[in-house]
Amino acid sequence: MKKISGMAVALMLFAAATLMLPVLMPAADAAVRNYISIVGSSTVYPFATVVAEQFGKTTKFKTPKVESTGSGGGLKLFCSGIGVQHPDITNASRRIKKSEVKKCAKNGVREITEIKIGYDGIVIANSRKAKRMKISRKDLFLALAKDVPSGIGESLIPNPYRTWKDVNPSLPDIKIEVLGPPPTSGTRDAFAELALQGGCKKFSWIKAMKKKDKKRYKAVCEAIREDGAYIEAGENDMLIVKKLEGNPGAFGVFGFSFLDQNADKIQGSIIDGVEPTFENIASGQYPLSRPLYFYVKKAHAGMIPGIKEYIKEFTSEKAWGPEGYLIDKGLIPMPDREREKFRRDGRNLKNFSM
Amino acid sequence: MNNIGGIQENSGARLQLIKAGLKRRYAKEKIFRTLGITAIVIALMMLTVLFVTITKNGYSAFQQTFIRLKITFDASVIDPEHTGDTGVLSQADYGRLVKKTLREMFPEVKKRREKRDLYSIVSSGAAFQLRKMVMDDPGLIGTTQTVWVPADDDIDMLIKGYIKTGKEGTGRIKADKAAWVNTLIENRAIEKRFNFAFFTGGDSREPELAGIWGAVVGSLYTMFVTLILSFPLGVATAVYLEEFAPKNIWTDIIEVNINNLAAVPSIVFGLLGLAVFLNFFGLPRSAPIVGGLVLTLMTLPTIIIASRVSLQSVPPSIREGALGVGASKMQSVMHHVLPLALPGMLTGTIIGMARALGETAPLLMIGMVAFIVDIPAGIFDKATVLPVQIYLWADSPERAFAERTSAAIIVLLAFLLIMNALAVVLRKKFEKRW
Repeated sequence: MKKISGMAVALMLFAAATLMLPVLMPAADAAVRNYISIVGSSTVYPFATVVAEQFGKTTKFKTPKVESTGSGGGLKLFCSGIGVQHPDITNASRRIKKSEVKKCAKNGVREITEIKIGYDGIVIANSRKAKRMKISRKDLFLALAKDVPSGIGESLIPNPYRTWKDVNPSLPDIKIEVLGPPPTSGTRDAFAELALQGGCKKFSWIKAMKKKDKKRYKAVCEAIREDGAYIEAGENDMLIVKKLEGNPGAFGVFGFSFLDQNADKIQGSIIDGVEPTFENIASGQYPLSRPLYFYVKKAHAGMIPGIKEYIKEFTSEKAWGPEGYLIDKGLIPMPDREREKFRRDGRNLKNFSM
Repeated sequence: MNNIGGIQENSGARLQLIKAGLKRRYAKEKIFRTLGITAIVIALMMLTVLFVTITKNGYSAFQQTFIRLKITFDASVIDPEHTGDTGVLSQADYGRLVKKTLREMFPEVKKRREKRDLYSIVSSGAAFQLRKMVMDDPGLIGTTQTVWVPADDDIDMLIKGYIKTGKEGTGRIKADKAAWVNTLIENRAIEKRFNFAFFTGGDSREPELAGIWGAVVGSLYTMFVTLILSFPLGVATAVYLEEFAPKNIWTDIIEVNINNLAAVPSIVFGLLGLAVFLNFFGLPRSAPIVGGLVLTLMTLPTIIIASRVSLQSVPPSIREGALGVGASKMQSVMHHVLPLALPGMLTGTIIGMARALGETAPLLMIGMVAFIVDIPAGIFDKATVLPVQIYLWADSPERAFAERTSAAIIVLLAFLLIMNALAVVLRKKFEKRW
């Protein structure tokens, strides 16, 4: 009995000592981060992780750590300052915004290098049990926008359409049900911009609005309806794929790599007459494709070992070239000239300016 | 007589009344019992469905498809100048050896595009496997060995019957690939073997190379930190509050707060961890130390409440007896009350730890939801944990990760089962009843 209580006292002292540890340790530990810390977009994550793994296995450097925080979350962490506790690289499925560059500069992150890595296609897919849909961006806008043109003059009404057939008589007579990512996602931003705004522009009077009142134009074109037809399904794209399997009437919005890996279960809708295939996205014919980026903190290049070599690995032909291993994972490569440009930018750590 | 008759009559009526009610009471009891049994049956059915689906989806991941290759460790490829230097050996192009063997196996493949397809039936891990073999035993150079290397995940899925070839399938396995696989099957050069890599490897983006060991080690470090902090702190808090603290408004407030903390959503603890441990103390992101600290905050209330209940169940006579023979308050607690309450405290701790083991939400905020290949080497190293690994795999596009997700869930469930069984055993062994 005495022994047990003695042990208890010893344990308590130990705990107290351990509690003190964090206060004393960080200075010693933080100075020695010897691996690259990467944050950012969940769309770029599958590609960045493959490069990180290859890099760790084939060089003397440690394998970088890759966190999936979303494009916005990644840039926020990236721009929070210089020093080992802040990430070195952030991935983004959209370009850095002016406000983010400003925020970066405010925290001392003045020199960053932008590297475009390739393209990603956004697909609208449904179960293979159902019929494949042929749809235009205009139909997508009418089906999913919060407010749509009323048809009488230049006025908007809350989206009245219930079925695809209501939108366009040539479309099937099923309820509009689209599963997609939430507003925090870069995929959602890109979908709103490419698909909805793309369709919205087809109305000449809305297009004319762009010059007069850009804010209103964006609000009209990119607002997604909130009455249950568009279902926010979280950042987990694989979950959307599984839900589509069980519900042949529903459509899902996600990145091309998920269609590529699960083409026996789902099929991509044909948008404006173009099928979402690797070739069509690479050639730029498929309308819903967007560039992917990563940003490097120049000040860290000398501080953390391996950053330059990581960039070299990412921009090598065996990674992002037309036959590289990233292509097997679903990345759509850039044309030769563009690849060459960003390879050079990476090698010289070219300063980025808006 | 009249009187007695009256009583008899009276009791007869009463008996009838009771009998009439009895039927209703029995019926009520029966309904209640049936309801109870139904509830248990439904719960058991749910559990069975859960276990059966997970096992059905996951058991195949414990096997992996391997391809037999006859590799010639050509000195002109590995070490052309015969230096024997480890630097040269580690930098050599082992992929070339694999490709050469494949070309020899299928000499009819000539076109560039076809060759690329052929090379892709073997995992990219094959080259690393050969490198390791040579690094371990440089004497292999110049010899020819039969080596079983992991197949690519698409081939693995095909062999396991999860995907089909051609148009019906994902379109990732074309007719020529299917033909090669058939040749391999005929030559018995392809087979399913136990998947050691799954238990010994770190994470990988290639499903056939991905393992859970990195996540298991991360979980162990995190749990270690959680245990050594939360158990002593929780017990000390409970002992003080239960045995020493005066009963006044302050202790009441503390008690209410502890009970409230036990019900706070775990993500809140993650936010707290981000603000305090990362931003204020400047601890490293993604490290088990921070994960452990956050989970400590989360499990502390559970442990305190369990410990207090267990202290309350020690009869007052023990305390009074100790005080009666002249022990001080401290002695009575340390020598008599605490040892008797300890088994209950341990049970509470283990159940709290089991909950912490399955937690992902608070770790999201402190950067432990990350792709980490290396096996963590300490509590300050970058690490992830088992449930996070499951979450990350579940969201991976590659089909082969689906079965690995379920397999990782099986492993996590096994850990939880062991921990809960331990709690039961400890309670049975040390528990005293009065």
